[in-house]
Amino acid sequence: MTATGIGAPVRRKEDQRFVTGQGRYVDDFNRPGQAYAYFLRSPHAHAIIRSIDTGPAMIMPGVIAVFTGDDLAADKIGGLICGWMIHSKDGSPMKAGPHPALAQGKVRYVGDHVAVVIAETLAQAKDAAEAIVVDYDVLPAVVDPAQATKASAQVHDVSPDNTVFNWHLGNKDEAEAAFARAKHITTIDLVNNRLVPNPIEPRAAVGEYDPGTDNYTLYTTSQNPHVARLVLSAFIGVAPEHKLRVIAPDVGGGFGSKIFIYAEETVCVWAAKKVKRPVKWTSDRTEAFLSDAHGRDHVTHAEMATDENGRIIGLRVHTVANLGAYLSTFSSSVPTYLYAPLLSGQYDIPAIYCEVDAVYTNTAPVDAYRGAGRPEATYVLERLVEKTARELGQDPAEFRRKNYITQFPHATPVIMTYDTGDYAASLDKALELADYKNFQQRKQESARRGKLRGIGFSSYIEACGIAPSQAVGSLGAGVGLWESAEVRVNPTGSVEVLTGSHSHGQGHETTFAQLVSDRLGIPIDQVSIVHGDTDKVQFGMGTYGSRSGAVGMSAIAKALDKVIAKGKKVAAHVLEASEGDIEFKDGRFGVAGTDRSMAFGEIALQAYIAHKFSGQDLEPGLKEGAFYDPTNFTFPAGVHICEVEIDPDTGVTKIERWTAVDDFGVIINPMIVEGQVHGGIAQGVGQALLEGAVYDQSGQLITASFNDYCMPRAIDLPSFQVGMTVTPCPSNPLGIKGCGEAGAIAAPPAVINAITDALGHEDIAMPATPQAVWRAAQKARMPMAAE
Amino acid sequence: MYAFEYHRPTSVKEAASLAGGAEDAKFLAGGHTLLPTMKLRLAGPANLIDLGQIAELRGIERSGSAVTIGAMMKHAEVATSAEVKEAIPALAEMAELIGDPHVRNRGTIGGSIANNDPSADYPAACLALNATIVTNQRKVAADDFFQGIFTTALEEGEIITRVSFPIPSQAAYAKFRNPASRYALVGVFVAKHADGVRVAVTGAGSNGVFRVPEMEKALSGSFTPDALNGIAVPQDRMNSDIHADAAYRAHLVGVMARRAVQAAAARG
Ligand SMILES: Cc1cc2nc3c(=O)[nH]c(=O)nc-3n(C[C@H](O)[C@H](O)[C@H](O)COP(=O)(O)OP(=O)(O)OC[C@H]3O[C@@H](n4cnc5c(N)ncnc54)[C@H](O)[C@@H]3O)c2cc1C
Repeated sequence: MTATGIGAPVRRKEDQRFVTGQGRYVDDFNRPGQAYAYFLRSPHAHAIIRSIDTGPAMIMPGVIAVFTGDDLAADKIGGLICGWMIHSKDGSPMKAGPHPALAQGKVRYVGDHVAVVIAETLAQAKDAAEAIVVDYDVLPAVVDPAQATKASAQVHDVSPDNTVFNWHLGNKDEAEAAFARAKHITTIDLVNNRLVPNPIEPRAAVGEYDPGTDNYTLYTTSQNPHVARLVLSAFIGVAPEHKLRVIAPDVGGGFGSKIFIYAEETVCVWAAKKVKRPVKWTSDRTEAFLSDAHGRDHVTHAEMATDENGRIIGLRVHTVANLGAYLSTFSSSVPTYLYAPLLSGQYDIPAIYCEVDAVYTNTAPVDAYRGAGRPEATYVLERLVEKTARELGQDPAEFRRKNYITQFPHATPVIMTYDTGDYAASLDKALELADYKNFQQRKQESARRGKLRGIGFSSYIEACGIAPSQAVGSLGAGVGLWESAEVRVNPTGSVEVLTGSHSHGQGHETTFAQLVSDRLGIPIDQVSIVHGDTDKVQFGMGTYGSRSGAVGMSAIAKALDKVIAKGKKVAAHVLEASEGDIEFKDGRFGVAGTDRSMAFGEIALQAYIAHKFSGQDLEPGLKEGAFYDPTNFTFPAGVHICEVEIDPDTGVTKIERWTAVDDFGVIINPMIVEGQVHGGIAQGVGQALLEGAVYDQSGQLITASFNDYCMPRAIDLPSFQVGMTVTPCPSNPLGIKGCGEAGAIAAPPAVINAITDALGHEDIAMPATPQAVWRAAQKARMPMAAE
Repeated sequence: MYAFEYHRPTSVKEAASLAGGAEDAKFLAGGHTLLPTMKLRLAGPANLIDLGQIAELRGIERSGSAVTIGAMMKHAEVATSAEVKEAIPALAEMAELIGDPHVRNRGTIGGSIANNDPSADYPAACLALNATIVTNQRKVAADDFFQGIFTTALEEGEIITRVSFPIPSQAAYAKFRNPASRYALVGVFVAKHADGVRVAVTGAGSNGVFRVPEMEKALSGSFTPDALNGIAVPQDRMNSDIHADAAYRAHLVGVMARRAVQAAAARG
């Protein structure tokens, strides 16, 4: 391992600009002549729009234009799309209602886009928005997914009972047979609470149009600028693909919410041409709460069957998934193919059957949020496994161990084939780091102080490195999920890597450069990582699903192999040897068995001056590109152990210890990986203890600010014990599995399992707020009082 | 935010006359309540009178039996004041529990008291410590000052200049934070004075800060946590929201009162 190569804890190159305030985010881009957009949003969860009178707004100071859905329709601008087709059990396609960028005749959630004002200043645009007169006919609203199919509210005409699809996976008959012969059946009812993503940078867009060239430019907070361009051109139709440049510069976090293509950027690009001015929109925090796609929101009933030997023999799951008022870009894939295929977890479960009913409600659209489907699956499975172990009177760690998959590859009954792993190794290490053997002592010590101590496990698995194009295509995806890379070597030997991955907190400028440094033997400061601009990078699928290491870097590795191969050809000419005799090692091209060699940079120069190339057999230059399509998902897995202490007088849950042992395969930068684990755990603890989006019955978002929506703070978290085990991933050239979502996937069940252990009963839901825990602790005390 | 005229007087007199002469005027202190409300367009005063340049609204003074704090003193200044820490450590600790460092370095005692947010901490301190709120027109006892949520005895254009806190023999504040906002979900301030104990509760009441006579009576007899056994505040007077319903708040009042008494007694 070199100081900047693979495995080195290199400090993040990009942090210099971030921590000194030199980052350039979308809102930092101000274009000459720029005007400001402000969206008038629906105050009602569900209403018919009888009329919109924009006249009074048009005459307000500074107003350039006011547009409604009719203006978009007149220009034949299409609606927003959902890019993953799901079919119901009966074979019928999902029921996708229209999703206009500005409402046409109806609003379906509080925050829905009614009209846009373009003005000289934002304040003027806001003033004018207040002057727009909208005549609403308010309709009854439905917010609770469990009630959606029975509600009087009908969100979309295409779906009279608000069902998007009734989908299933697995083998029903086999599952039924397993339950028929089960010795013990454990059941559980769970709600996976709705979350608001809240990246630190809210969404923003600047649209620009150049009438001279007929070119459009969109600066946008995107995790995948090329996908945004594809959707905006091919489906929504705001501009032809070759005429639209999409730039996603520094982006301050996404957690999934910036994958999607939203109304606001669509309108900004389109309006820029209409008003012949650049148009900027920057979300404020309230708009972010109302209109960023939310996450999770599942209601689940699940059952686990075990045999007389305490082996899991069957799993049945029924989930109602709330997709909100419209189908967001990838929403349909989240409670289906990103969910049910993970229900086998780390366990050898012969029969699994899962049904998912997805529904519309009058709430913000729900889509992928850190982990996307996999946290929901892990929560179901790990809560159920823990409860089963308790009911069987078995140690939860040993019950898991007994049911672990130990032979690889392992085909689960729910699509996936796990390539490799060593689950027991992670468990052993976690038990040791958590000092599990002395837990009872600590519990007694807490009891002496009147406190309730509990310990909870989460033995999670995730499917990352998303994903083999053929596989996802067969499951309904509208795109392939490969990645591209281009390595441009300059005559001075410095290197630019153009990648289709997008960094919005992950540290790609460092880790990707480490790979180049490792392979080419050059210092990382000789390497620039270029991303986030469709005019620079030819195409890419972006960053989500922990795919940038496993897929994005694999593409870079492939391109680097080609660069080295070409370098050998150049070296052969320059060193006057046969190509087969050229070796590349430690950054030098040498002739085998001699001391003749040249540094990588010298060969780069030779490639560009081309003085030594004879004839046409070798092209000048040193630049290679590659597309990499993975052969399988990757399967990061691990064991997290959470230990809590509850104050029964107040209901406050304090996390005393957190142990995380993860197998992410080969690690490029352990410091960055550990940071990803920390952040993921913080988000998972946020979901378990603090966060929850609450709508009232009329569809108003009660938790529309940080005053009521509780984000995790440093004080809510202990110092984490992070350990690693490594089984290299066999299905990509670098052995990487991915680490971006693990913490958020593992954490929620670990926390709730610890709380239920402390309470001695299972009756607690997320978020386990002090009030909820206090009430549950009262209940725990009652039987004692009755004795 | 709507457009407004901005004024920056340098004396209380000038501020009062500006307020008297201007249409729809508001005083601006730390701005930590007023400015967010204006940004959200929930308030749109035509005139904003910034109290930040008025020297006479600043300062902390100890005079024998009381500590007097200027209305424009920031929470952080109260929390770290040597005079306050020595005379009424519970008050300094209370100030230290407000919000986060940003809030404590902007928000002021005068703004907090004038605003009388039902979850703010200062109103409980004022009531339990039997403070006197001094304005440019008169002196008002805390008991008469706080008149229900966001409502005080202040008249239109009246300016709080100082708050005077009698020094108790023992006092403590126990706060249960709203996990999201960090305001008090329930905060109980207990103070033992020569003429008896005062107990004030913030965060919990549906009509804002209030005293608990039953607890005061019991604690005046015996200043111990156990003296509170069997005393419960009625749930029907409690606030209820997504963070805490009335039953939980009523329960927490009891827990926090005990913890406050324990802390005060431990201080000796
Ligand atoms: C994120 C956050 C967290 C907070 N957490 C807490 C908390 O935990 N506990 C807590 O108690 N508070 C909390 N606060 C409130 C804060 O500490 C201030 O006390 C509060 O905002 C009011 O003080 P201010 O100086 O900012 O007043 P401003 O916002 O400037 O004014 C508030 C009101 O008082 C009036 N006013 C101000 N000064 C005077 C005066 N001298 N005479 C007459 N009227 C006056 C103004 O006209 C206005 O109507 C929090 C605030 C924020 C933003």
